Amino acid sequence: MCQVEEEYHGPLLREELPSVSRQCVKCKEASAAVVIRAGDAYCRGCFKDYFIHKFRAVLGKNRLIFPEEKVLLAVSGGPSSCSMLSQVQEGLSQNAHKKLRFLPGIVYIDEGGAVGQSAEHRRRTVEELRAVFRATGLPFLMVPLEQVLDLPSSAVLSAPGASEQEAGAYKAAVDHFLLSDGSSGVTAGQQQETPPPEVQEAHTHSLQRLLGSAGTLTAREELLSILRQHLLVHTARSAGYSKLMLGDSCTRLAVKLLSSISLGRGAQLAHDTGFSDSRYGDTILVRPMRDYSAKEIAYYNRMFSVPSVFTAGLDTKTADKSSIQHLTESFVIKLQADFPSTVSTIYRTSEKLQSCKGSASAGGDRCLLCVCALDTAAENASAFSATLISEQLSQKKSPGESRQAPASQCCSIVGGELCGNGARGCCSSAKAPPLRSLLCYSCQLTIKDMASEEVLPQYILSEAERRLRRSQLREEIRGFLLEGEADEG
Amino acid sequence: MPVLCSSCGDKRAVLKRPKTGHSLCKACFFWAFEEEVHQTIVTANLFKHGEIVGIAASGGKDSTVLAHVMKLLNERFNYGLELMLLSVDEGISGYRDDSLETVKRNQQQYELPLKIVSYEELYGWTMDAIVKQVGRKNNCTFCGVFRRQALDRGALMLKVDKICTGHNADDIAETVVMNVLRGDIARLRRCTAISTASEGDGVVPRCKPLKYAYEKEIVLYAYFKKLDYFSTECIYSPNAYRGHARTFLKDLESVRPSSIMDIIHSGENLSVRDGVKMPVQGTCQRCGYISSQSLCKSCVLLEGLNRGLPKLGIGKHHRLHDKILIQQPFTEKEERKLKTVHF
Repeated sequence: MCQVEEEYHGPLLREELPSVSRQCVKCKEASAAVVIRAGDAYCRGCFKDYFIHKFRAVLGKNRLIFPEEKVLLAVSGGPSSCSMLSQVQEGLSQNAHKKLRFLPGIVYIDEGGAVGQSAEHRRRTVEELRAVFRATGLPFLMVPLEQVLDLPSSAVLSAPGASEQEAGAYKAAVDHFLLSDGSSGVTAGQQQETPPPEVQEAHTHSLQRLLGSAGTLTAREELLSILRQHLLVHTARSAGYSKLMLGDSCTRLAVKLLSSISLGRGAQLAHDTGFSDSRYGDTILVRPMRDYSAKEIAYYNRMFSVPSVFTAGLDTKTADKSSIQHLTESFVIKLQADFPSTVSTIYRTSEKLQSCKGSASAGGDRCLLCVCALDTAAENASAFSATLISEQLSQKKSPGESRQAPASQCCSIVGGELCGNGARGCCSSAKAPPLRSLLCYSCQLTIKDMASEEVLPQYILSEAERRLRRSQLREEIRGFLLEGEADEG
Repeated sequence: MPVLCSSCGDKRAVLKRPKTGHSLCKACFFWAFEEEVHQTIVTANLFKHGEIVGIAASGGKDSTVLAHVMKLLNERFNYGLELMLLSVDEGISGYRDDSLETVKRNQQQYELPLKIVSYEELYGWTMDAIVKQVGRKNNCTFCGVFRRQALDRGALMLKVDKICTGHNADDIAETVVMNVLRGDIARLRRCTAISTASEGDGVVPRCKPLKYAYEKEIVLYAYFKKLDYFSTECIYSPNAYRGHARTFLKDLESVRPSSIMDIIHSGENLSVRDGVKMPVQGTCQRCGYISSQSLCKSCVLLEGLNRGLPKLGIGKHHRLHDKILIQQPFTEKEERKLKTVHF
């Protein structure tokens, strides 16, 4: 080393230094702009292709959306749904043979009243989003959540959907469309400038009272999402849309899976987190963004300037343990930081599930609120029956008690069934109808947290009454019905 | 003003039930707790008259309460069972040897025969030695897999018809959460079952009579009945992945106390799509124990330990099973991956 003539005769061992600037792993030419997972660094162009390709792939793989079908995009203003909107626009602007073939519309549900925003704030948010939607050229609807109080009973009913499609139907429909030259295109839905519907203060107060009657934030969030879903489906139905696209990302769905399990929704997991949700029959809910992690969406939105508007939710800025949903979200995000494969593993679990094929027929035994099949058959040796037994054993059983107390007791003990003949009198004289018998396990927990059932919107209460009357009737004529009778609900 | 018991209405309430929130006096709580376990046993048909039942006893609160309640219910309701205590010594100094003293005391208190099997005699390795080789991260895998086989071997030695373990509702809920986090769909389907399948020889069926009992209620029961139990955590447990699921569960319980039962309800009502690949039950080609691969997990783990390749068994290694079976040595690259790194 310290020689006069520094000459190295032997072969030099050059060490591979890790370089800071990496090449894109796909095209290997341009320098990487974003690292998605540990090994994958992409350049701008390849990232954009990858992102767009995933959207088309998920739609193409699940052949659910037929050409010329009207699809409603539910946009909340958040990054995932705005990204979904931009992907749909991207797909519509392609050259003819790769173009997306369905007819989209946009709907935005203004939940400011539920969260306690001022009217001024709500108007500003609506205006911002209006500008974004106008720029897309698609027909759009701005619906305030207060309209949920005026829904008809059909909102909680599952209508018979399109007849079962055989495997070849999709291909046949596509071929037919291509042959007929598909010139109708997307301009079919003209943009209408409907003035923003006026929201009455009284309605906002009713809505807030409804949500406020839920004692815990968990119940409040569940109630809000149920109402939102009813309103979305009703809007889609009345405007003639047969599919509804929701913008849930992979991260959000992983959190939803775990929190659904914690809420007791194991039987309905496939509906809540799967690609397609056919519980409403005629309107199918679709989740095309379920392959994208929140990180990818955030990168894309930033790099390609996708506009989005932030709206606060019920659990914004609350403590970690304020509600089950919020707790689960912070748990999964924290775990993801230490174990980067957590979200994708949970997501893959959700792909392997299906909804419980209970004895529920099409119209028959569905939950009043979430319209999924009931899972409250208290079989022997199940968690549900164990809970009922515990309730029973911890309370006084005295026949000499006044009529009122056993009324509420027997309805909760008997659980899934109505009380027998002798007690029918007590049920009708009780303060509230035994709503619990019409609900699935987790909706029962939500209602249990509510101070009073009477603040529920009229459409739910009248549907409940109708179902109770019908099941009473069924009880009366039970001896004369033959087994296997299809019940149209 | 003192709160009255909500069940009998006479005596003053001394505790609030974590499960339902009702305030109960001591006698009513004991009665409710025991009655619930009885209902679980009866509705799930866990035992048949005249069976010999081994109670897996570790000296901790769950197994102590289980032994106590099983003996009590056996006499009260005439199950006609012959009860025995079965204990496993993993060889963790400072933890297991203390808890085994508790089991020996239990044996005298309940007058039940006791058998202790140890890892040392079954496998030739204690947990302390294993941790020295493996490190502190993946050692729970070794302990759990070895213990399962140890219990079965001990049960065969004692000639029992069934084993019952002290798994409580919190354990089952934790397992459901952990299987979701790990993406193990096969286990997710099975883990909420109250008893395991009973076919196959060399396999003793197991059941969990305390499946619907909250951990907090078990502690309350043990406390008020002044039962003798050992209450320290395993010294190797802080680094376990299960700890994450446990913290999550504890937080959930503080938000909504019924969450634990809700998770079990979800687990019971899960249904898996048709066409998902599930493991098929076969037998290990070396020791004859049940296994879904050609070699059972404990044979693979033992092989790894004996050869100084502790990571054999952690992670995917199906391709190496054939090599192990025919005693072929591994290539250098494979060996390097299987050794742990010591700093």
